[in-house]
Amino acid sequence: MASGIKDKVAIIGMGCTRFGERWNDGPEELMVEAFQECIKDAGIDKDEIQAAWLGTCFDEVMVGKSALSASIALRLPNISVTRVENFCASGTEAFRGAVYAVASGACDIALAIGVEKLKDIGYGGLPEFSTAIGTTNALWFPNLTAPGGFAMLASGYAAKYGIDIMDVKRAMAHVSVKSHANGARNTKAHLRKQVTDEQVMNSPMIAFPLGLFDCCGVSDGSACAIVTTPEIAKSLGKNDIISVKALQLALSNGTEIGYKWDGAHFTTTTKASKAAYEEAGIKNPREEISMMEVHDCFSITELVTMEDLHISERGKAPTDIMDGFYDLNGKLPCQPDGGLKCFGHPIGASGLRMLYEMYNQLLGRAGDRQIDDPKFGLTHNLGGFPMMNVCSIAIIGKHGA
Amino acid sequence: MIGVTAFGGYVPRYRMSRMTIIQNMAWYFPVIMAVAGGEKAVANWDEDAVSMAVAAAYGCMAGKDRKALDGVFFASTTMPFADRLNAGIVAAALNAPEEGIANADFSACLKAGTTAAISALEAVASGERGSVLVAPSDLRKSKMATMAEMFIGDGAAALLFGKDDVIAEFKGSYSLNADFVDHYKGVGKDFDYMWEERWVRDEGFGKLIPQAIAGYLKKTGMQLADFDKVIYPCYFTGTHRGIAKKLGMDPSRVQDNMHNVCGDTGAAHPLLMFCAALEQAKPGDKLLLAGFGQGCDVLGFEVTDKIKNFRPARGAASSLAAKVDLPNYQKYTKFRDLITADLGIRGEANPNTSLTALWRKRKMILGFVGNKCTKCGTPQFPSLPMCVNPDCNEVGEFEDYEFADKSGKIQMFTGDMLSPSVDPPAVYGLVEFDGGGKAFLDFTDCDLNQVKVGMPIRMSFRRRMKDQARGFTGYFWKAVPKAQG
Repeated sequence: MASGIKDKVAIIGMGCTRFGERWNDGPEELMVEAFQECIKDAGIDKDEIQAAWLGTCFDEVMVGKSALSASIALRLPNISVTRVENFCASGTEAFRGAVYAVASGACDIALAIGVEKLKDIGYGGLPEFSTAIGTTNALWFPNLTAPGGFAMLASGYAAKYGIDIMDVKRAMAHVSVKSHANGARNTKAHLRKQVTDEQVMNSPMIAFPLGLFDCCGVSDGSACAIVTTPEIAKSLGKNDIISVKALQLALSNGTEIGYKWDGAHFTTTTKASKAAYEEAGIKNPREEISMMEVHDCFSITELVTMEDLHISERGKAPTDIMDGFYDLNGKLPCQPDGGLKCFGHPIGASGLRMLYEMYNQLLGRAGDRQIDDPKFGLTHNLGGFPMMNVCSIAIIGKHGA
Repeated sequence: MIGVTAFGGYVPRYRMSRMTIIQNMAWYFPVIMAVAGGEKAVANWDEDAVSMAVAAAYGCMAGKDRKALDGVFFASTTMPFADRLNAGIVAAALNAPEEGIANADFSACLKAGTTAAISALEAVASGERGSVLVAPSDLRKSKMATMAEMFIGDGAAALLFGKDDVIAEFKGSYSLNADFVDHYKGVGKDFDYMWEERWVRDEGFGKLIPQAIAGYLKKTGMQLADFDKVIYPCYFTGTHRGIAKKLGMDPSRVQDNMHNVCGDTGAAHPLLMFCAALEQAKPGDKLLLAGFGQGCDVLGFEVTDKIKNFRPARGAASSLAAKVDLPNYQKYTKFRDLITADLGIRGEANPNTSLTALWRKRKMILGFVGNKCTKCGTPQFPSLPMCVNPDCNEVGEFEDYEFADKSGKIQMFTGDMLSPSVDPPAVYGLVEFDGGGKAFLDFTDCDLNQVKVGMPIRMSFRRRMKDQARGFTGYFWKAVPKAQG
């Protein structure tokens, strides 16, 4: 019987670049910047890294195929480096590769790095993906974009719970307002201005009902983590050990898009979060999770995710959001670093960027965003579209907690 | 007895008042004010001659067995492919059989529709074919501020010819051929080149149509007085009336040329007018139909009792009634690619179409055919090897399931301003079909402000993409929300 990943692997170092429109930096510069911070934090020599995983999504327009880009940029010592891609879960997938390698005993120290250079394509938003959906899908898929795909969820959610779509939009607006308030306190965030509900509500329409301020930024960035066993971490002189409590992934199997689904929730997140709590030994997530970084690619995604994580009751996320439950000073702060909303979404980097915030919070390094004595931090990624997606969830916490 | 066994017509939803053209373009060529009245039908940006023919064909074939077709004849002067059987696309969209069927394109002349009809009737008469569908359709581009822009409309018709349940018996035909070049379109050209109107009116329509009708009457021994309705195209309304006078007919027996309601629909027009006449016809009525272009085809029909039991699912009158005004002339010019507007870098991506994948998935893409699991009964789309029902997951136990003629309801949707579109926002969503199955689809012929979750939809075959670099046109099905319920 599998015993899960809980407390088998420790994070000994993390790094994260400033996210933003890094016009003068390519993926190589970004990876090196994150890596330098990370290896210094870990306090090890580069030659001690035995295996590495690279997460990127749009390799076609960025680093190309294979993991050679990371191996060359970081001048890794001819070790195994593997590039992974699983939509927006790509960064967490890189982390999973490194964590599982250590847990299996195949290596002692492993690196996970994620990077995405989005601002090299000449237009706003994510790269156009008609060439990246598969040969057969290309014959019939709707002419969709990321905001459009997620915007549909707002119509489904409002219909399911009989809520006026404008009331849903008001709760969505508060999701963005809260994240901007947090991002304004973070020197590594891309967008660092506070916004008001009116600004969000009145921003130009991108995909009904999502306005511009319901959409996360588009940025360049990189983040990375070095992991090892808790024993080796101790031998390296680490006192506050942060360990992995759960790592779960769930993918759609075509049921939502082609069979039964209410159009008002993420089937994958609902399942992956349940499995993650079980793996971490968490009984009541609303009480036990101290903080979260969730996939707020769009405000509606975060809103619905609060229910799929079994934290807000079904149909009640708008109420919790409007009550400030997820604000930085609320009961369960969500996006304390500003989220994708303020960091943007360099896809391969995002999962590791989220872990970076949870790691720093757990170590008491989060400055004026510091949450009081956190125990468990949860990260969540949702790649693809509401009706067909990849969900990853990680929970990290103080070792032994 | 052989003849028409079903018919349908399709006029696209947008109508543009000719006053709209005048308001925008009369400064450039005031002569267009001479034909200011009425409106013309304007195809949506995602339609072409093939897609409109499919719409007319479904209007005709509802309640008829598409599997019994053994011929699909497509007629058009604006075929999307110069070398790929366009009729084959129409047949695939109808999920017609592939074995034992003879499909053909009739082109290069505005009487291509009536010529196709004569060929179909001859094939049925010979006993070689049992059920032949003729689907003429035209979407002709015209230069801005021209008489052609005023006269031309977009539309399609469909007629099923066979032996059983004949609603209009075929009473012979006569054809006259004359290389009378009132207009022409050279290969590779977008627009017609037209000769002087006075000559076209007087020496063309005005002489050749009466001459061919006289030939028909002589050949069949019938009298013009035998006919309750005479149907011939002529976009010059005065000349249209003048021909009746020349023939010595009461104007009430001449079928309206539809200039006021949709404009001249090219190769489709004689048969679209014929559909309009059939919709009004009573048992025993005799109809004389003529098609004009480098000569003239004439066909005679006698309506039977069976007409009482037939109503097209979509016909001339119903599609003319289902209209929305297009007051925006610039939008029309963009739809027809007459002006250059930027789609942005996001709109540049232009992968080629995998013809191997299209061949494998031709039923799914062109026919919108999904699967129905024979074990659990679940209809599903797309067609994949394993049943979508998590409690079943049976492998390979499927029968074909046609979604094209199914109704459904909108489960979720959006209007996307980021997606590159000729007509933003791009509206799309998830549709649940009545009877089971769902699909993620583009929507068309709708106004985002009227779209609601739960709104009923019907399906429509549309042009999905046009590969300008390689000349390929891709098709798929879109959902049309029924805003009126």
